Amino acid sequence: MLVELRFHGRGGQGAVTAANILARAAVIEGKYAQAFPYFGAERRGAPVMAFARISDRPLEVHSQVRNPDIVVVLDPAIPQLVDVTQGIKPGGLIVLNSPGKSNIKYERVYCVNATKIAKDLGLVIGGWPVVNTAILGALIKVSTLVKVESLEKAIEEQLGEALAKTNIEAMRRAYNEVKPCER
Amino acid sequence: MTILTLTGNYAVAYAVKLARVKVVSAYPITPQTTIVEKLAEMIERGEMDAKMIRVESEHSALATVYGAASAGARAFTATASHGLLYMHEMVWWVAGARMPLVMAVVSRAIGPPWNIHVDHQDIFDQRDSGWIISMAQENQEAFDLTLQAFRISEDPRVYLPMMVGLEAFILSHTVAPVDVPDQKEVDEWLPPRRQPYVISPETNFVMGNIVPDEDYMMMRLSIQKAMEAAKEVIKEVDRSYGKKFGREYGGLVECKKCEDADYIIIIAGSWSGEAKMAIEDLREEGYRVGVARIRFIRPWPEEEISELASKVKGIIVFDRAVSFGSKGPLFLDVATTVNGRTSLRGVIAGLGGTEVRKEHIIEVTKEFINKVEEEGRVFEPEYWLLPDPYRGKPLEEVAPRWW
Repeated sequence: MLVELRFHGRGGQGAVTAANILARAAVIEGKYAQAFPYFGAERRGAPVMAFARISDRPLEVHSQVRNPDIVVVLDPAIPQLVDVTQGIKPGGLIVLNSPGKSNIKYERVYCVNATKIAKDLGLVIGGWPVVNTAILGALIKVSTLVKVESLEKAIEEQLGEALAKTNIEAMRRAYNEVKPCER
Repeated sequence: MTILTLTGNYAVAYAVKLARVKVVSAYPITPQTTIVEKLAEMIERGEMDAKMIRVESEHSALATVYGAASAGARAFTATASHGLLYMHEMVWWVAGARMPLVMAVVSRAIGPPWNIHVDHQDIFDQRDSGWIISMAQENQEAFDLTLQAFRISEDPRVYLPMMVGLEAFILSHTVAPVDVPDQKEVDEWLPPRRQPYVISPETNFVMGNIVPDEDYMMMRLSIQKAMEAAKEVIKEVDRSYGKKFGREYGGLVECKKCEDADYIIIIAGSWSGEAKMAIEDLREEGYRVGVARIRFIRPWPEEEISELASKVKGIIVFDRAVSFGSKGPLFLDVATTVNGRTSLRGVIAGLGGTEVRKEHIIEVTKEFINKVEEEGRVFEPEYWLLPDPYRGKPLEEVAPRWW
């Protein structure tokens, strides 16, 4: 089984790190995974994309993800700028950083207020809420891609012990708070 | 052993550390930079006992590791694209001096027009310089080849420098699982450095001096002989690595389903993955196709390709570079080896990072096979697989826009 994901965010928000952490969590569980940024120039603040693949077989594919099963949106304003549903497979799901509403035209869209969670926990760098670990918590709840413990371990490895504690808290809170978006 | 999740660039850095490299020198260039960034971090943290020498250019970077290697240190550098071209004079200098050392090349297009994405033009630009040149398909292989490169390069039958090729972004910036052995295992497998001579302040030694023309020519022949000997060394190292670490790739060429194949795809680098996926689909449709992945561009796997040429109906070669005014460089080597024994198509594709997907490989391979089956012997040395939106249109139609 192969699951392909696309992450939308803004440069500096941690979309690439989110994809990397997710891939690491999958590898910890003995699966095969890839994570990579969109192969282009990136600028802080501009819309960016990252991708991930998780599979139970070794991955030979190296082309970009065109038809994701899952789309993760780290910035609430991105859907107004970019068509986040582009190429998404039918029957997939979208996880959106939003207080609870979405007008994305797709069946399964889940909302979590990752910005609020990040701010509440003081996960703010240079005035920017760092929402990537929170959104991952929401993602694994609705997708069951990896276990919470694997994601915790991946966050610890990737971010180091000092940063991991709060980020794991953000992840767990989002895991509990995510719900289908209101239209 | 530990399974880490690493970018291709970090995989190379881990292998360099485990090889106990003593001197690193490099100049930053996208997409290579994170290799030496990681090495600088390892040295700074005290995890790696080496000296990082900062220089003002790639020419100086290779000159520096050449000096360090001549003095007896295991040395490493890394570069890409324009950086590699800028050090080109030193590339020849190191090989001519028969100095073992290792360089990672994160293959990237050459400008202008400016482009930071993958193609193999920069690597093929070094083809004739006397370096052993390898190409990885995956991050794991980039790691394995880097470790193996020291043993191959420092083998007394070889004593030539070696490049480890890995592709821009597709490998360099993509994280994937990499099985990293521990230091003890690597120490057991990789012998201490050997080299033909060591310079030191205490002994009089002349390097790179003028020689009689006749000796010059004999020294060129000696490089050619060392390349020939390297073929066996590469296979030996591959086998012994497989025995120790559990991964064996097949020497100079990794063949997938070549045994019963009527047709062969020849390809090098990460898009070999797409080719391997393509043949599964092709076989389901009744096309018996195999993939011969070129792991070593130099020394050229003459015997392996020759053996395939005498038993298949056709070979399709995928080049991610072009020798302007001639054909794709991989195709030229294949055609020389094949010597008219089978049908050939040379596809030029994926330049400047343009994406070549499984479907594209299936399409051009199928078209080639059908043509051979209908017409008999086919020789199509130059077939440009254009990217969207130009693909599938007659060249005359898109031509006025470009020339």
